[in-house]
Amino acid sequence: MEQRPDPDELLKHIQAEEPSRGKLKIFLGYAAGVGKTFAMLEAAHQRQAQGIDVVVGYVETHKRVETEALVAGLEILSRKQVEYHNVALPELDVDAVLVRRPTIVLVDEFAHTNAPGSRHPKRYMDVEEILDAGINVYTTLNIQHLESLNDVVAQVTNVIVRETIPDRVLDEASEIEVIDLPPDELMVRLKEGKVYIPEQASRAIDQFFRKGNLTALREMSLRRAAERVDDQMRSYMQTRAISGPWAAGERLLVCISPSPLAEKLIRTTRRLADELKAEWFAVYVEITSKPENDPVNRERIGRILQLAEELGAKSLTIGGSSIQEAVLEYARKNNITKVVVGKPLKPRWQELWKGSIVDQFVYASGDIDVYVISAREGASSPMLPKEWQPHSPLGRYMMALGLVFISTLLGVFIRGDLEPTNLVMLYLVSTVISAVFLGRGPSLLSAIAGVLAFDFFLVPPYLTFAVSDTQYVITFIVLFVISLVISSLTARVREQAEAALLREKQTSALYDLSRDLSSAADLQQVVNIIISQISQGFGREVAIFLPEGEQVRIFATSPNYYPDENELAVATWAYQHNQPAGRGTDTLPAAALRCQPLKTSNGIVGVLGIHSKDKNNFLTSEQRLTLAAFANQSALAIERASLAEQAQQAELLQATEKLQTALLNSISHDLRTPLVSITGALTSLDEQSDSLKEEYRKSLIVTAREEAERLNRLVGNLLSMTRIESGAIKLHLEPGDIQDVVGTALEQLGKRVANHKIHVDVPTDFPLVPMDFTLIVQVLVNVLENAIKYSPKDSLIEVAADLMDDANGAARLQIADRGVGIPSDDLARIFDKFYRVQRPESVSGTGLGLSISKGIIEIHHGQIYAHTRDGGGTIITIELPLRGKE
Amino acid sequence: MSDTGQRVLVVDDENSIRRYLRTALTAQGFTVYEAANGEEALNAVLNNRPDIVILDLGLPDFDGIEVTRRLREWSKTPIIILSVREAENDKIAALDAGADDYLTKPFGTGELMARMRVVMRRLANKSDEPVIQVDSLKMDLSHRLVTVDEKEISLTPTEYDILRLLMQNAGKVITHRQLLKQVWGTAYESEMHLLRVNISNLRRKIEPDPTRPHYLVTEPGVGYRLRADA
Repeated sequence: MEQRPDPDELLKHIQAEEPSRGKLKIFLGYAAGVGKTFAMLEAAHQRQAQGIDVVVGYVETHKRVETEALVAGLEILSRKQVEYHNVALPELDVDAVLVRRPTIVLVDEFAHTNAPGSRHPKRYMDVEEILDAGINVYTTLNIQHLESLNDVVAQVTNVIVRETIPDRVLDEASEIEVIDLPPDELMVRLKEGKVYIPEQASRAIDQFFRKGNLTALREMSLRRAAERVDDQMRSYMQTRAISGPWAAGERLLVCISPSPLAEKLIRTTRRLADELKAEWFAVYVEITSKPENDPVNRERIGRILQLAEELGAKSLTIGGSSIQEAVLEYARKNNITKVVVGKPLKPRWQELWKGSIVDQFVYASGDIDVYVISAREGASSPMLPKEWQPHSPLGRYMMALGLVFISTLLGVFIRGDLEPTNLVMLYLVSTVISAVFLGRGPSLLSAIAGVLAFDFFLVPPYLTFAVSDTQYVITFIVLFVISLVISSLTARVREQAEAALLREKQTSALYDLSRDLSSAADLQQVVNIIISQISQGFGREVAIFLPEGEQVRIFATSPNYYPDENELAVATWAYQHNQPAGRGTDTLPAAALRCQPLKTSNGIVGVLGIHSKDKNNFLTSEQRLTLAAFANQSALAIERASLAEQAQQAELLQATEKLQTALLNSISHDLRTPLVSITGALTSLDEQSDSLKEEYRKSLIVTAREEAERLNRLVGNLLSMTRIESGAIKLHLEPGDIQDVVGTALEQLGKRVANHKIHVDVPTDFPLVPMDFTLIVQVLVNVLENAIKYSPKDSLIEVAADLMDDANGAARLQIADRGVGIPSDDLARIFDKFYRVQRPESVSGTGLGLSISKGIIEIHHGQIYAHTRDGGGTIITIELPLRGKE
Repeated sequence: MSDTGQRVLVVDDENSIRRYLRTALTAQGFTVYEAANGEEALNAVLNNRPDIVILDLGLPDFDGIEVTRRLREWSKTPIIILSVREAENDKIAALDAGADDYLTKPFGTGELMARMRVVMRRLANKSDEPVIQVDSLKMDLSHRLVTVDEKEISLTPTEYDILRLLMQNAGKVITHRQLLKQVWGTAYESEMHLLRVNISNLRRKIEPDPTRPHYLVTEPGVGYRLRADA
């Protein structure tokens, strides 16, 4: 079908070319800072140079030097000060412009919203008034302010722009000049501070000014300009009746409902219409039998229809008995070629039960194309069940009538046996059933139908509407009143039941959460439970932030989700100000994360972050309440877990301190004891030298000497222990002779072995063992000392060396005694620091010897262990590798 | 308390140790000179010409090893070094630098006197005795004959050389390095296993109880010593 020049169209163009209305020139850019105002001012100067009268209506220089310089040469009209909350806000003074009547007036920021109290809510309306008065206007505009591009821009930049202008205003502009700047240069300008950014938006702006975003916006603005050129070309051809390569005349229709999808459908249809160069209509179908009474929905519908108009559609409301019938009828009448509907939201079984509009459309559409636009998931709350009336409106009324019919049938069967007053109960039943299951309307219908049927079928004379007994009139009235009352009561009950169901769902979810939390053992578990419960319950990704000083850090997140720095900033703000922040709040709404501070009576224990991948998906107010309840529980659980950890650590610290104190006390005692004898002996010898007998003197001297040696050994042990602990021991490995080691150890023990028999057995030709000789001697001294300490006088201690026959080959040295033995539980613990077998009490010594030995043997990559000897006593075994390890 | 006429220089930065040594040595008839650091020590040797120097390794200005080295550049005065138990490397270094023996702090006066005696005796009897005897162990150098309780012991040449070195320096410690160098040669200075095996064999041959050596005493980490006074 060829498009002929539309007479309306022609008229419009003629009018457009008439000089009666002012011409609008828009300087279009893709972001703040590309230089639109600057270009506008330059153009103004050029005009002025040509002798044209140019004034400045409202130009925002943001104190930039270059811009101010350009403004300087032009006449500036004073601004109007609008009082708002005791603050004077400067706005464009429209009257001043009208009085002045310049040829061109410069008005910056086309999409600006005026302060409340101004003549028009939006500046573009001011401009329209000026244009109407025949004055030309130059203005500046960023591409994202266009209504039809709003959601695309939001998708690309993650920023929702609130100040928008209808597209038709752009379309009606007589000239558009695209001010373009490569994104890289813009970023440079941003860094140099040449771009004006309002402070509070700085964080969101960082996100906005990314190269990817800027490039996308730039493309949008360029494409828009190109489309316009296309349009201009087309209109040129139209007016000259040139049949051109224009698209087949498509006409689109989009069906509107109060659903939140509608806006998206509208915008998508607008874009489709643009691409197809088609007219389009936005239609709302009002079901005559069920008018939309909900004021919220009505307002929504109105808004959407207006939006459609603004975007260039013809909006209208049509009436009909069913949506698909009405739409298709209209479509056929008006040569609609394509109908746009939204993809179904409900689960499939509900559709089968209820009947889907889409299916109906498709079946009945004939040669009209049906475009099904995808709806993003999550528009409906996952926790709230939608309508639970199973029937379409017509169906319900039919069911109500059906119930009446059944009651009538029954009544007819038994009317001979019962008084009509009893038969009326049947209709009561059907009315109640209708009220409970079918809704107010159907129940009223069943009441009316019931009364009529009752009269007609069950009250003599049968099959007439006459009434033989007037008392039945009362019955009718009562029946009717009862039906009314019941139906409204049940309607209320139903609503309450729905609310209760919702509360119950919330409560049970909360119960699940607190039950799981109460069994969680530590902080990590608690956090994991919180994350999994919340992400399941809300269908979103979750992050938990815990405090670290003044800031918060990310503690745990849902799998595959990691908050970026902006989101961390949102969480930090929420923590520092103890208020929710992020998406859906008043603070930093551009972020994709909603942060809820976790509060307890002791303060803020952390921040809970909910992240939605879907930009259009906001939490309902019920969900927000539930989230707050979850947050409370979580806060308590986290606090509890943290406190438990703290308590544990405090306990540990206490235990460690106790141990340290005991240790120090023990060492102090052991160091001081020898000094007692030494000091005692020396002072005695000093003060009592005359009165002391020779043997006593000798005895004191011997005691003092032995104690001095003992003290020396203790000091040596402590030093060795310290060295081993700090890793300061350097091994000098050299081939060593086991027999030599044993002999040297015995030599060092000196008098201490005097009371025992020592038997040494090292085979001839026993190989040399790589070792640090001095250290291994020390080991042997310690082990032998231990054996001596715990063995009775004159008992035998045997030292034997042999080779182990395992793969690597190791030398084994065994020291066996016939002493008191070690309890099997303690066999490993005797090698611990400061361990002392509790029996016999007369044994002294700090208990470092074996532990030092173990340390030394381990540095040699050997082993030392003890086991009980058959027949009493202990065997301590030392193994040393024959091949020295590097 | 007779005056032996012998002079001893005590070098230690600790006043208390100097006091003790002065008392003990004076009681033995020595004339005691003192120095508190390396500088003073060198001057004191020059000025006072002691017969023996007791030198602490842990001096404040430059360490005892350096003092030993410098002294040995022009003096043969016997030097006994004092050091702590763990500083084996220092002891070895000092001994290799020319010190004659060492004492580990704390030590007894008896030990000190014994070491001093040995060291000064050696100096006194520079003459090459053909026969050296310690207890039952007798070595006849001219006949290359070693006997224990008059019973001849058959030794390999290496064992003989080791024993000879030790017996000629009876009572004095010989470091591993010195032994290896003098018995095998400079190239064998680090061949510890040779020394160990030979000592072990020697002990089995000459010691009444090889597991409790009487003559051949191990100085752990440092070397060996033939016990001079049993």
